[in-house]
Amino acid sequence: MIQAKDINFYYGDFHALKSIDMEIETNTVTAFIGPSGCGKSTFLRLFNRMNELIDNTRLTGECLIDGQNIYHKSVQVDELRKKVGMVFQKPNPFPKSIFENVAYGLRVNDIRDKSYITQRVEESLKAAALWDEVKDKLKKSAFELSGGQQQRLCIARALAISPSVLLMDEPASALDPISTSKIEELIHSLKKDYTIVIVTHNMQQAARVSDKTGFFMLGELIEYDDTKKIFLKPEKEQTQNYITGRFG
Amino acid sequence: MKHTEKELQELKEEINQMWKLVLSQLEKAKQSFLSSDIELAMEIASREKRVDAFELKIDSDCENYIALYSPVAIDLRLVLSLIKISSTLERIGDFAEGIARHVIDDDCNKISSQVIEELQLENIFDSLISMLSDSFVALESENTKVVGKILAKDDEIDTLYHNSLDILTNYMQSEPSFIRCGLKLMLLIRKLERIGDHCSNIVEEIVFYVDAKVLKHGIKK
Repeated sequence: MIQAKDINFYYGDFHALKSIDMEIETNTVTAFIGPSGCGKSTFLRLFNRMNELIDNTRLTGECLIDGQNIYHKSVQVDELRKKVGMVFQKPNPFPKSIFENVAYGLRVNDIRDKSYITQRVEESLKAAALWDEVKDKLKKSAFELSGGQQQRLCIARALAISPSVLLMDEPASALDPISTSKIEELIHSLKKDYTIVIVTHNMQQAARVSDKTGFFMLGELIEYDDTKKIFLKPEKEQTQNYITGRFG
Repeated sequence: MKHTEKELQELKEEINQMWKLVLSQLEKAKQSFLSSDIELAMEIASREKRVDAFELKIDSDCENYIALYSPVAIDLRLVLSLIKISSTLERIGDFAEGIARHVIDDDCNKISSQVIEELQLENIFDSLISMLSDSFVALESENTKVVGKILAKDDEIDTLYHNSLDILTNYMQSEPSFIRCGLKLMLLIRKLERIGDHCSNIVEEIVFYVDAKVLKHGIKK
């Protein structure tokens, strides 16, 4: 389970996240929606400490994964990121072969057992619903794949190190509808093994893939509830105005 | 106003027009029945096609709205409600036509005013007209405060419907020549009772749209 307790986050003087509390159940898909600049991606990046890469930022509150505060000084960031994988908006395969892209995480974690690496590459590509399309060209460059395939390759790369949480920041926004549909199907199938948190600007995507939805605005978590409830009868007027397109 | 809101507004306007037509059909059905006005009854029958056309148009426009705009929350509830309301209004239109056909048949139009009064048929008609017009206002104003009052009228109509069975049985027993007309009258009262049920269904849809609550089948969630 992921727990955020009274999270406040600042970019310099800018108060980007305001007193956010949230609990995310294991093996669920949670979607964050909200207008640009509302803080949803900032909140997502807290879960694998990506925000630490940005200068002049400050965090208060606690962020726990399986009961452990991931910002405690005893937590190694590298170890955390083995547990919490991330997929970005634009597919970002490495300039390596398909096989080496997936094996990369294992190799940097000093795994040298070739048969184990081969096995994990195959398992990860199968889990990312890409195996059948690439099994005969594993040595080819990842850049030869289509955009949708590259994104699934990035998901396979994230899965290879067996994380328990998968963060996705608009994973399908740069893809065509067919590739988007494959990514969404993939999210559905991965839910049984992973806790997935996804940021999306596509409201229908949030409705299709997630169990719970959080609506953010101006750094506040306005409403967080079952996705069905958010999209049929949201409690807050701000949520309703946003999802029905009346916002602003 | 955004164009999606304008589209919804147009859908509402279509249902309003259909509603006014059905209300007018019901008012005329009352008038034609109580005064045995065959000409008016024929007018009702001829206008029934317009009610049907409204239903088809609203169905098609709602389908298009869902396909093109993927509505959610209150917009989705509105479109779903409008589909059901238009279908229910069409059924009420059918019953109004059924009453008109009863008048046009002209074989039982000389029923004594005493029977009509005892069955409280004018009251039933008035209650139905009031239910339909009050629910129209509820949708227009998106105000569900009057819902309880409207639903209570349906209960009153149900009671009158059940009483009518005893009243007509007595008449038919005492005057066997009245049996055919008594049975036809019972069928007509049954139509009125069903119109009451349909008005209640419309009210439930309005509550679903405005308050996101389900009243159907006694469920409150």
